[in-house]
Amino acid sequence: MAKSSKKIDLKRRKFLLAATSATGAVGVCALGVPFVSSMSPSEKAKAAGAPVTFDVTQVSNGELKTAEWRGQPVWVLNRTEKMLSSLDDKEILTDPDSNSPQQPKNCQNATRSIKPNLLVMVGICTHLGCSPSPKLKDGGDMGNNWEGGFFCPCHGSKFDLAGRVYKGSPAPTNLVIPPYRYSDDKTIIIGESDSEKG
Amino acid sequence: MKKNSKTQNKSVGLIGWVDERFPLSSFIKNHLTEYYAPKNFNFWYFFGALALFTFVMQILTGIFLTMYYKPDAAQAFASVEFIMRDVSFGWLIRYMHSTGASLFFVVIYLHMFRGLMYGSYKKPRELLWLFGVAIFLLLMAESFFGYLLPWGQMSYWGAQVIVNLFATIPFIGPDLAEWVRGDYLVSDATLNRFFAFHVIALPLALAGLIMCHLVALHEVGSNNPDGIEIKDTKDKKTGIPLDGIPFHPYYTVKDLTGLTVFLIVFASIIFFAPEMGGYFLEANNFVPADPLVTPSHIAPTWYFTPFYSILRAVPPILGSQFPGVAAMGLSVLIFFFVPWLDKSKVRSIRYKGILYKKWLAAFVVSFIILGYLGTVPSNIWGQFSSIIPLLGGVDVATFVARIFTLVYFAFFIMMPIYSKKDVTKKVPKRVTM
Amino acid sequence: MRFFIIIFLFISSFSFSAENIELSKAPVDLTDNQSLQRGARTFTNYCLNCHSAKYMRYSNLQDIGLSAETIKNDLLFTGNKIGDTMSVNMSMKDSKKWFGASPPDLSVVARSRGADWIYSYMRGFYRDPTRPMGWNNTVYVNSAMPHILWELEGEKILNPKTKKLEKFSSGKLNAKEYDATIADLTNYLVYMSEPDQLKRKKMGYYVIGFLLLLLFLTINLKKEYWRDIK
Repeated sequence: MAKSSKKIDLKRRKFLLAATSATGAVGVCALGVPFVSSMSPSEKAKAAGAPVTFDVTQVSNGELKTAEWRGQPVWVLNRTEKMLSSLDDKEILTDPDSNSPQQPKNCQNATRSIKPNLLVMVGICTHLGCSPSPKLKDGGDMGNNWEGGFFCPCHGSKFDLAGRVYKGSPAPTNLVIPPYRYSDDKTIIIGESDSEKG
Repeated sequence: MKKNSKTQNKSVGLIGWVDERFPLSSFIKNHLTEYYAPKNFNFWYFFGALALFTFVMQILTGIFLTMYYKPDAAQAFASVEFIMRDVSFGWLIRYMHSTGASLFFVVIYLHMFRGLMYGSYKKPRELLWLFGVAIFLLLMAESFFGYLLPWGQMSYWGAQVIVNLFATIPFIGPDLAEWVRGDYLVSDATLNRFFAFHVIALPLALAGLIMCHLVALHEVGSNNPDGIEIKDTKDKKTGIPLDGIPFHPYYTVKDLTGLTVFLIVFASIIFFAPEMGGYFLEANNFVPADPLVTPSHIAPTWYFTPFYSILRAVPPILGSQFPGVAAMGLSVLIFFFVPWLDKSKVRSIRYKGILYKKWLAAFVVSFIILGYLGTVPSNIWGQFSSIIPLLGGVDVATFVARIFTLVYFAFFIMMPIYSKKDVTKKVPKRVTM
Repeated sequence: MRFFIIIFLFISSFSFSAENIELSKAPVDLTDNQSLQRGARTFTNYCLNCHSAKYMRYSNLQDIGLSAETIKNDLLFTGNKIGDTMSVNMSMKDSKKWFGASPPDLSVVARSRGADWIYSYMRGFYRDPTRPMGWNNTVYVNSAMPHILWELEGEKILNPKTKKLEKFSSGKLNAKEYDATIADLTNYLVYMSEPDQLKRKKMGYYVIGFLLLLLFLTINLKKEYWRDIK
């Protein structure tokens, strides 16, 4: 091959090789887009995960009801005055001021809710995804110091009545507050925030 | 890249570490940088690489389709529409797969024709050819199984008809057909097992055979348009064939060009004509399968139609359709025998005489006409009037198909005679560019 | 070779003869959102009472320029959400009893029948007292479907001598307006059979453009390397 009478233009060759490789790489990446994208939730999954409306008047004081949003349990808890007062005990909590982004902006407050009494929360433990059991009453099988909250049966994580995690629990962060908004006084729409009302 | 071939020494670093444990560098050398291919390949030599590319694309798109497809008679049709509409870019992946299936056959037919033209099956490449024909056979099975999966009317009745071909085999036929279907008609059970064959059994077998095909190719070396054995004329010092050039970079860059042209064709079909006028995706396949209603005209997908035509052309004997089925089977299997049917002294059509050229042309024409006739109803050209003795009342298209079926088989059966009689030209020592 | 030429001449003298009905060319234009929206309204108001389009989501109609609000207020029927598919409440059993055949799902009907067929079919209804529903069709003879849009088109009858349709009574629309309505409906059905088809074609130009650039590069690269080879 070296016998070739013409000199090899190495510069040109290198340039063409680089240009073709780069263009080819762009092409391969572009081809990857539809494949990667095809694995994200389909229109069907999106439709099934669409915001759900929930009538909050059906939850009487001190009661917890479960809605379903994106296949997850969403708790709606109507807290009594006594329950709310239990939230003041911050010593035992890892993140009492809800600094980690586990809630929408409008719920980063003392009660972690839009209306103080009404807690809307995803009932999935932030540890490994079990659903904690509501232990709303104080005392009982949870011991005398228990002020009411949630207890995860899988690995023993404890949360208070605003879903804030207890110190020493395996769960690293507070329970998740989903985006929600009040469409009127009685109804909330879970999965939609005030900024993106449809 | 060129420097690599000169540094025979042990490589160092990560590659060196790998080389001590796995023959990486020597593999690259043996099959790319120091695999010497004849320098006179023309465009016919693109199709092998293109077939490999298409195979990889079918596997890749197939994997992603499998994520959403449901092999269940009640859900299959809906899941395909689900892919087309609800899955992000699902339509693109599905069209790539459906177009890829058809183009696979285009590429394979051209690849096989190349082999017939340049005598790529002749000694010492008989086994290479056999592997190739086996790949072709499995590919037919693969596409047949895959075609049932959309569970449209054409899928359903196509499978019904083809499975019933087995039923014509004397004695064991009906039981065999039932066993293939797993039911008394094509049903959920059939769909489920065809799915299993389509997504795992046959692709695995195909991958294995393709590897054998490549290993055999690199063992004996590539043929070329002149049909000259480049290994016969080597550089005395280096032992490198004088007419050979390293596959990499010369043929990698050349194949890249061919691949890009192929991709342009591929993309044009996917984006602008994915149904390809009803040949790649048939209108009737947008109607869900209905075991109670047969569409008025059913034809197999275009790549099976030459063989289907042969099936229809052979008249039933003693009320049995089996001769037609046997002829169709033979029309595919006969490719296996080509290496031993060709008695010519030379490989390439360039140095063969006029006889072989005429016969090959006749074969191609009959293949195309049979292919066309397989897509249309046999009454398309009407019937001979009763004025013509013997032929009165016979479909013209059937008659034509019979003639071309004879030509098709004669190409193979007469090959030992005409290839021996043919006046060949003298083959030069070195390849011509 | 002469043999083949003779055969070709011989076979080409036979003309294609099938029981084809002449279809009118449907004026399909998928870029015309106004037409598609009118078609969508006709479809949801009339067709969707008996036929489903169970692979089509209402939310997809945003592609043809309808807002989520409009879809919710004008096109959705009770109990349906915008992410739902266009299902139908009538059960298959009932419809089979009423019409003798279940109305087929129309999601991909434009791909199985073709636009021209739909356009001609919807304009081919005529009064036929011998049929159970009182209607027959020139394109799909003895179709089980009654003429749902007859109040718009009026009634037609088949002249047994000329085999042509003749006007019998007037509807709310004149012939031109009715044809336009059907054209819009056909247009919509073509869109619905593959909602992504416009996007597909648009993407195609970019892909081919990119590949041409790549071809230019690979050809030059190949030439550059092959200068080594004499």
